[in-house]
Amino acid sequence: MAAAAAGPTVFLLMVNGQIESAQFPEYDELYCKYCFVYGHDWAPTAGLEEGISQITSKNRDAQQTLVWNFPIDITFKSTNPYGWPQIVLSVYGPDIFGNDVVRGYGAVHVPFTPGSHRRTIPMFVPESTSKLQKLTSWLMGRRPEFTDPKVVAQGEGREVTTVRSQGFVTISFNVVTKDMKKLGYDVSSTDMQNPSIVSLTDGIQKY
Amino acid sequence: MAAPAAPGRAPRSLPPVPSSSRTSFTEFSIRERMREKLKAAKSKAETALLQDCPSPRPRRLKSLRQRDSETGWDKEFDKDDSRPMQKDESHVSSRVKFRDSVKKLKKKSQVQADFPSAEEAYNFFTFNFDPESENIKDEIKNKTKNDSNQEEEEEQESIVSHQQEQTEDEMNEEDYLVNDKEDLFIIDQMAHDFLVVKPADYESYSERIQKERKILFIPSILTVPTSQKVPENMQPRYLEDEGLYIGERPTVSLSHQNILENRILRQEQGKRWFGDDGKLLALPNPIKQSSMRPPIFSLEEDIEPELETLYRKAIKPMHANQYIVGSGDPHGHFQLDIDISGLIFTHHPCFSREHVLTAKLAQLYDQYLARRQRNLSKLLTDKLHALRNAIQNSLDISGTNLPNPVAPQSVTEYKFEIRQTRRLRDAEQEKDRVLLKTIIKVWKEMKSLRDFQKFTNTPMKLYLRKEEIDQRSDKKIYEAEIQAEINELLEEYMEEYEKKMEEYKTELQEWKSWKKAQIYETMGHSSTNLLAEMFIPVPETTVLTGRAITEEIEFSSNQRVMLDHEGVGSGVPFSFEADGSNTITLMTSGKVSYSVSWAVGENGVPLVPLVSQQNTGIPSPLKNIDAIASIGTSGLTDMKKLAKWAAETKLDPNDPKNADLMHLIMVATSGDACVPGFFRLEQLQQKFNFVSDEEFNRSKRFRLLQLRNREVAEFRYYKQVPLYEREINEKLFANYEKRLHEKDTIDSQDHLDAHRALVAKYLQKVRESVINRFLIAKHHFLLSDLVNEEEVPSLGILGLSLFKLAEPKRPLKPRRKERKKVTAQNLSDGDIKLLVNIVRAYDIPIRKPVLSKLQQPSKSSRSFNEMFAASPSAQSPTHSIDWAFNQVLVHPFVEVSFQRTVCRTTTAEGPNPNWNEELELPFRAPNGDYSTASLQSVKDEVFINIFDEVLYDVLEDDRERGSGIHTRVERHWLGCVRIPFSTIYFQTRIDGTFKIDIPPVLLGYSKEKNLGIERGYDSVRSLSEGSYITLFITIEPQLIPGDPVREKFDTQEDEKLLQAADKYQAECSLKFPNRQCLTTVVDINGKTVFITRYIKPLNPPQELLSSHPNNSQATAELVARYVALIPFLPDSVSFAGICDLWSTSDQFLDLLAGDEEEHAVLLCNYFLAMGKKAWLIIGNAIPEGPTTYVLTWEQNQYVIWNPSSGRYYGQFDTFCPLQSVGCLISSNNIWFNIQRYDSPVRINFDISKPKLWKSFFSQRLPYPGLSSVQPEELIYQCTDKAAALELQGRIEKILKEKIMEWRPRHLTRWNRYCTSTLRHFLPLLEQIQGKAVEDDHQAELQKQLGDYRVSGFPIHMPFSEVRPLIEAVHSTGVHTIDVSNAEFALAVYIHAYPKNVLSVWIYIASLVRNR
Repeated sequence: MAAAAAGPTVFLLMVNGQIESAQFPEYDELYCKYCFVYGHDWAPTAGLEEGISQITSKNRDAQQTLVWNFPIDITFKSTNPYGWPQIVLSVYGPDIFGNDVVRGYGAVHVPFTPGSHRRTIPMFVPESTSKLQKLTSWLMGRRPEFTDPKVVAQGEGREVTTVRSQGFVTISFNVVTKDMKKLGYDVSSTDMQNPSIVSLTDGIQKY
Repeated sequence: MAAPAAPGRAPRSLPPVPSSSRTSFTEFSIRERMREKLKAAKSKAETALLQDCPSPRPRRLKSLRQRDSETGWDKEFDKDDSRPMQKDESHVSSRVKFRDSVKKLKKKSQVQADFPSAEEAYNFFTFNFDPESENIKDEIKNKTKNDSNQEEEEEQESIVSHQQEQTEDEMNEEDYLVNDKEDLFIIDQMAHDFLVVKPADYESYSERIQKERKILFIPSILTVPTSQKVPENMQPRYLEDEGLYIGERPTVSLSHQNILENRILRQEQGKRWFGDDGKLLALPNPIKQSSMRPPIFSLEEDIEPELETLYRKAIKPMHANQYIVGSGDPHGHFQLDIDISGLIFTHHPCFSREHVLTAKLAQLYDQYLARRQRNLSKLLTDKLHALRNAIQNSLDISGTNLPNPVAPQSVTEYKFEIRQTRRLRDAEQEKDRVLLKTIIKVWKEMKSLRDFQKFTNTPMKLYLRKEEIDQRSDKKIYEAEIQAEINELLEEYMEEYEKKMEEYKTELQEWKSWKKAQIYETMGHSSTNLLAEMFIPVPETTVLTGRAITEEIEFSSNQRVMLDHEGVGSGVPFSFEADGSNTITLMTSGKVSYSVSWAVGENGVPLVPLVSQQNTGIPSPLKNIDAIASIGTSGLTDMKKLAKWAAETKLDPNDPKNADLMHLIMVATSGDACVPGFFRLEQLQQKFNFVSDEEFNRSKRFRLLQLRNREVAEFRYYKQVPLYEREINEKLFANYEKRLHEKDTIDSQDHLDAHRALVAKYLQKVRESVINRFLIAKHHFLLSDLVNEEEVPSLGILGLSLFKLAEPKRPLKPRRKERKKVTAQNLSDGDIKLLVNIVRAYDIPIRKPVLSKLQQPSKSSRSFNEMFAASPSAQSPTHSIDWAFNQVLVHPFVEVSFQRTVCRTTTAEGPNPNWNEELELPFRAPNGDYSTASLQSVKDEVFINIFDEVLYDVLEDDRERGSGIHTRVERHWLGCVRIPFSTIYFQTRIDGTFKIDIPPVLLGYSKEKNLGIERGYDSVRSLSEGSYITLFITIEPQLIPGDPVREKFDTQEDEKLLQAADKYQAECSLKFPNRQCLTTVVDINGKTVFITRYIKPLNPPQELLSSHPNNSQATAELVARYVALIPFLPDSVSFAGICDLWSTSDQFLDLLAGDEEEHAVLLCNYFLAMGKKAWLIIGNAIPEGPTTYVLTWEQNQYVIWNPSSGRYYGQFDTFCPLQSVGCLISSNNIWFNIQRYDSPVRINFDISKPKLWKSFFSQRLPYPGLSSVQPEELIYQCTDKAAALELQGRIEKILKEKIMEWRPRHLTRWNRYCTSTLRHFLPLLEQIQGKAVEDDHQAELQKQLGDYRVSGFPIHMPFSEVRPLIEAVHSTGVHTIDVSNAEFALAVYIHAYPKNVLSVWIYIASLVRNR
């Protein structure tokens, strides 16, 4: 009981939101996988850590966005902001021969500040090492892929890869934190105290 | 103002004319127009008023105007643009307040009323809008009219604006009245109304220049005459000429200086910027001596704590070979720290000709620079001048007949000085010239060389700048100089004679003081490839670490190095000329910067030997010249001492050479804010520190985080480090601290287990150091680690895949296909399975019917020849008859246990059973960590045990025999095969026939080679004794074993040799990619060592040699056994994921653990010492995979030895586990197998045939005579028998306890008779090396015990730890017998061989009393 009286020992980070849409001008019928990468001191307490979306086709209007609106809802508890969760996205879709190939990898940290946020992540795919490889991989429908999509959330070892960027994915996050301030982590800057203002300014920046 | 073109709109389009001449006219026209307008407006307004209800606006406006009729408020507006006014009117209501305030001003302004224009404007206003008050308006108008004339004369300009305003207002009001909607339009139009158009201005260029000249000042770049700069009526005074030291002025270009001077002179009091000599005042060094930053006051020290120099000692590398600390020096340790901070070669054998020249040039240039910096010749010339002047002056003074007693003396002094100085200067100048000449010469040589060789491999370039010289003036100067010199010389010779006498006396004096010799203790300095030896004086005892000064010492070596490439070598004559003339010989040379000092112990006590303290008393002849020499380096820190010395030696405080010293003294003695003489990066780091270091160290949380980050084994996977200190359990660190603590404390007790513990600790240490070394390498990634990419299919693969289409779907002889490999990282518990396919077994021991008579099979120790000869004659006819009648042979089944999971096959029949069953065992990685490194370090073994299932009839009542069966199943252990998991992991699959490890004695079973009845091929098989089992083991899914470390290791080998080795290996692997070729290996220190250095005859323990003095074969077997008794520890386990390390034989014996290669090397070395011909075989074997065996030449045949089991096989033994031979290694060569086959059965081991074996060292590359890494001799200490006995008792106790523990539901009885009998058997077994099968155990036991059914066997193992013993006993399943009246017997025997090599025998038996 003494511990309870002394205050919280972990802080909670609740993230919900959705993987809204993507822009892959050249590709269609894509689906998306997500997973969270977080440090040792983090543990998910509720929600799904990984997910795979439906296959979506392009809108027929001029904008040509691929809309998933795939919900994310997860709560973490942690004792240390080091290793703050990142969401790792990987988008897949069929190539002309109908083989399922990867269309993009991307990662972004879950926003620190409470409130709602939108993030547009540029996506990239590893490149073939040579022209010949590119041709054969195209023919065989087996493009180079990361051994583990979580590679994109870490910096180590990336120097050996070459990637090409293609497409964007837009995610919206709604972040709620609990007890962070009590534990000495003040993530919100002074002008961000009021979430309504934040959204307003966000809106202004957008248009 | 022009008349409106159209009523209403027109005025807006009118350009306001800023002329005042037409005012009267405009006034009139306006008035007229206004009247017209008003009439129209009036009628309009009236109609509007009539139509609408009276609109409030005009009324309000009216009232406003009325009320404000007398105010002067438009005075404020008239200067403004009129637009705001209009706006005001449109927002009248907001102006109420203003109006009120204006009202107050009303009277005042009326009193003033000297602005008729305003009134006029107002009149217009009211006039327009109040048609009722026309009379008033008129009145005012008149008044205005009167006033306006005089007023206009005064302020013409303002009127213009008023008029504008008026029209404006008028129009506005009109618009309001007429149409409110036009408002917007009006506002738009306003701006144009007020545009003032002026004609373009032009100012002529010359005019502008003139104007600029008035304002601007351009300082000239011409030199300012000195007279302007010095105060008037003063001559410039040159201090330098007066003999005073003047620091060197900072270099500023002359033009800049002139500009500045000119500029300064323009200022008031500009002259105070100039010194006496008419030059700008300048500090020699413009940088301020002390820092501007306010000093940070710390209480204790002068130096700010964060700026203090911390001395960190060079880290001592761990001595790998000495894990037992040698006997301590009774006098304690003296530590001499030698820091080698740098090494520069001035010549090196690898230098090319150009390099040589470059080095020379650089050296010369350095010299030149140094000379330039000192600028001695200039200094001396100046001094000479000064001295001459001084003489002249004194002569002048004396010429004026003033009594000056000092003069004559000083003149002679001066003269002497002059002479000295001149001599010095001449020498210096000559040196300068020579230096310059040589520089140019070398540069020319270099250029020609570059031309000649047509390439440039050094970045050196020389720039020569030519300076214009006025030859005539130079000539004059020189002539004057010479003249002066001649005069002086004359004088000099005159004085010489007198001088000589004095000199002689002084010399005599001096000579006495030189008598004392200087003594230095010296010590050698050697490098790995002993290049040069240097002698560094042992420092004074006062020179302690942290205070020593880095010094440079030059060295050179007389080593002769000849190179075949561009390098010129060392000690070899070479020439720069094309024709080879003019040869030079250069020796390797260079500079080493070092510092030597005595170390300071932990408690601050200097570790200095007392003896050398005597040296301090020796006076140095340099004492008076070098400060450091005279007071010692330690004195440098003592400022007072230094200052005193400086005073004593009369240092010239102005001499730049002494500047540093003087500055130091000055700062120290004056006691000012101390300026640290060092510069530190990150000096403010402390301020940015998150918490203070103490707190950081104290905090458990930070410590935990730190340790986790460092991947310390205990904390690597620690999750959720608590936020608060208090939540971290103190116990968390207990294990870690204990380990750390134990690492340092070494139990020196000479105890058996202690020794092993020591070894284990040492291994841990080696492991840690090796791991740390390769931690970086582990974090290097290849593309394949990160990206999965399909390989480009080659033609062959494409063809194969086409061929596959035609392949039958269900082939008659199916083959195992390659499976997809899985990276270990995304696996979890339960994902990995171990698949064991038990195919068949051969020659399982069969049950022996309880015989009444004692059977004595013939046995003798067989010779090699006997063994390898195909002799199926061993069977006896009587026996086969026995066998024919024997109904019950054996019911074997196989039980596989792995990680305590047990699986078994069905029971088969007969000694050659065929199961063909697949067993699946789950695999669990330690700590759930499925990383490659973790999987590699799994130490678990797969036990494949063969049991015999025995049915015993336990029917109590014979009458029931007809109706029921009541039997009890018992299983008897027959033998086992042990395969380490790491082997399976690295091999990915294990496929083959293995020898079953069958104990030498199996009570109740016999192992007979009696199966001649079966077909002919048995004769081949029975060549070697023993039972065999065919297995296929693999892991599902297939795991990718860790890659070897991609890192080049440090080495001391010759570069040429390594290159040759690389080439050799590349050639070999090109021809036979599957055959292993080993040329270099990594030793325990992580250095690359040429493999042949490991092979060297080493003496086996004398005890082994003397045990069979006449039988060389028995000796060989014993030696092999001894080697095999050293526990096996694969490197992959101890150095997970790092590399294969080879330890030398003495290290191996000290560690008592090693890999196949260590065993093989030791065995090979023993065999060599015993006079055999022996080689290492690098090849593949089952189940080990790539491994090392030993080949010997015995009595006209080759014998292959398995060093880790001690078994040997003939070359043509089909059951030899060695499957392929890659290369052979002897102490002086490597032979690679280039025969068509690599199976030992099919190859020729004759290495003298170059067509079959490709040798590394040949005539082309002769063996250079590599020294061995092995020790000269192995020293064996006899093992403590008592300790072995004690261990024996302990193991027995532990095992008994364990067996009881494993049988929790039964009472475990121990049969003491049996135990003691078994104990007697064991030493005998050891003696005969457990080879010969003895049947008399059974008989003996029966004799002893009477009617017991005994099943049991001895287990033999090398001793490493207790755990494997327990594991082995458990796997036999002796304890599983659940007969209620079963009794057990267990005996342990330990035979101690030299060097703590222990052979453990465990005899275990279960007894059931026969009814």
